[in-house]
Amino acid sequence: MGLEAKLTQDGFITTTIDALAAWARKSSVWPMPMGISCCAIEMMSSADPKYDIARFGSEVMRFTPRQCDLMLVAGTVTYKMSKIVRKIYEQMPDPKWVIAMGACTSTGGMYRSYNVVQGIDQFLPVDIYVAGCPPRPDNLLNALIQIQEKIGKTRARDFQDAPFEEGFKN
Amino acid sequence: MEKLKKEDAHPKILQALLNTEVEMIKDDVLDNEMILNMGPQHPATHGVLRLMLRLDGETVLASVPELGYLHRGYEKMAENMNYLDYIPHTDRLDYLAPPANNVSYILAVEKLAGIEAPPRAQYIRMMMCELARIASHMVAIGSLGLDIGAVTVFLWTLREREKVLDLFDKICGARFTTSYTRIGGVAQDVDDATLSLVRDFINQYEEKLDEIERLLNGNRIFLERLEGIGVISYDDAIDIGLTGPSLRGSGVKYDLRKNAPYLFYPEIDFNIPVFTEGDSLARYFVRVEETRESAKIITQVIDKMPKGEVMLNSPKKVLPKKVEIYSRMEELIHDFMLVNFGMNPPEGQIYSATENPKGELGFYIVSKGEGHPWKMKIRSPSMVNLQSLPGLVKGHMVSDVVAIIGSLDPVMGEADK
Amino acid sequence: MNFSEKVVSKVKEKFPSSVLDVVEFRGETTIKVTPKDIVEVAAFLKTDGELQFNLLVDLTGVDWATRKDRFSVVYHIFSIPNNFRLRIEVPLGAEENIDTVSKVWKTANWHERETYDMYGIKFNNHPDLRRMYMPEEFEYHPLRKDFPLMGIPGSLPLPKK
Repeated sequence: MGLEAKLTQDGFITTTIDALAAWARKSSVWPMPMGISCCAIEMMSSADPKYDIARFGSEVMRFTPRQCDLMLVAGTVTYKMSKIVRKIYEQMPDPKWVIAMGACTSTGGMYRSYNVVQGIDQFLPVDIYVAGCPPRPDNLLNALIQIQEKIGKTRARDFQDAPFEEGFKN
Repeated sequence: MEKLKKEDAHPKILQALLNTEVEMIKDDVLDNEMILNMGPQHPATHGVLRLMLRLDGETVLASVPELGYLHRGYEKMAENMNYLDYIPHTDRLDYLAPPANNVSYILAVEKLAGIEAPPRAQYIRMMMCELARIASHMVAIGSLGLDIGAVTVFLWTLREREKVLDLFDKICGARFTTSYTRIGGVAQDVDDATLSLVRDFINQYEEKLDEIERLLNGNRIFLERLEGIGVISYDDAIDIGLTGPSLRGSGVKYDLRKNAPYLFYPEIDFNIPVFTEGDSLARYFVRVEETRESAKIITQVIDKMPKGEVMLNSPKKVLPKKVEIYSRMEELIHDFMLVNFGMNPPEGQIYSATENPKGELGFYIVSKGEGHPWKMKIRSPSMVNLQSLPGLVKGHMVSDVVAIIGSLDPVMGEADK
Repeated sequence: MNFSEKVVSKVKEKFPSSVLDVVEFRGETTIKVTPKDIVEVAAFLKTDGELQFNLLVDLTGVDWATRKDRFSVVYHIFSIPNNFRLRIEVPLGAEENIDTVSKVWKTANWHERETYDMYGIKFNNHPDLRRMYMPEEFEYHPLRKDFPLMGIPGSLPLPKK
């Protein structure tokens, strides 16, 4: 059966702690589903039996920011909501990544109006932008693979100089 | 009170919460009362609804819903674009049932312009509306189960919904935001192969719905968490302005498909499921029965669907066919005028409403004879239904709040506009 | 006599001085009423044994920008027993207030809050007149015609990056 079949004798592998940590981190990205509007429904669809986000180790959607390392901002962010999004981002433990799902989150999309933030990168650091209005679930899974690649390349030195967030001071 | 800072909750919201009349204080008020913030980021508030709850122990004394976290300025945008441009925006109102919104909006515009789509287009619209109703109620039932702890139901209902979305993909070219209707018709015709796929879906749907029902209706936890929770009486339901399944759960037989018929609904034979209990369980039952009726309607619609054009031939108001634009001068000019300046309806004001999955979705359009509306008001059922929430949750436990929100099934895209 | 004529004649008979105009367009009836009598008219329409307009479907405002009476408040009411929809329009000056109908139909509460938020029309005796969608600190009323689509820069703050 699987891996065990190959391990009939005692063996060992060599790797760096860095690489091992990055591998573990990227294979179990726990998203914080910041579902705001239409994209949230497609995000739900990506967890359903047809698309099955569990294949990528990310089915553990936790609605508390303290247990997550990926923030999935899905939906139009208004000015009133922006404070809450930022607050939740600050509550997530480092290291953390952000996916801006859909046109509204990336650029404001079709909502050129007084109450919509024209791109969440005005107040959040964004790693991956996903195109579409809303993106199909496949597209979201693609973004997840991209972010796994990005996480897989990280090493301990990348996190050394991470500036402290304001939220941690008080 | 000390933990809540001013930037967390505006003093006016707290004041509104404290001003609410409370008649059911059990013990000494000052010892036990506490204010709890729920949302806008909460798994059970279906989006970005925020509730401020005033609690005595675990009993809700009063609550103040706070909306506007998804206020995207729809009505302002409508005043700044022409009637055709606005169709994709209607998808994102009630984003669980986009085709139903498309149809609702386009019926309003057609009423204003004084035109009517060809019969085949109207039958296709009816089919899309009912498919959307099934898709929307599937999420409503699934997430109600999820809120109460029945996770499997959610996966099963989403599986059914995926099938509907696949059909949308075949019919409209988009699985989610369809933008399918056009002024004077629909974007493209449905071929017979796709219609037979719809029929296949309907044929297996009843059986799957029975499976889902078996999972819930015999589940004691599910029944006891909903029965007698969030009761609203016949008169109160009308007074607070409830529409849709929530109203019919209180015994009011009000469904625009019967009360103010549109499209070809008078020619279809179907029932309006009504339950008289007025509690969360009744609202759930109404939804389940409604999808059954929708399946019935779709079968009849496919049987009765006539052959013919799907776009009206009315050059000043309806977009011409692409082939004609490329080959004929007259059509090219009309297309240019329609796209750049918009259709010019007469001066006047109209209100047109349809029965959406959530309730009565109405569009009130004031026209000054220009290519864009002077004012457009969207009467969104979710927002009005949410208004009943403070009355419904009063006296119940915190955990029941979740069940009640689930049974009202609000969509914040529509409630906040 | 159809139902629409019956409604109009009944309202005219009861309130001869307050009905300004009656408009028919696309089969919909609009009755224009003066602002001071709106609560009485609303109560009559709801409680009259024959009319029974028991459901307030929608309530909103319109900004006419250049007219003498700048705003209108528009009520859509539906009579479930008679299956009939009626529109009441109330012209209102720029600085005028109007009485709330939330005592007549409870659902008017949030509709009026929304109208206040979007147009700045104040409703007298309203139980809880707060903003509906925009933050309380916001100074403007977005659906007024003099408010630009993209808003006023700096009127809504963003959190720091």
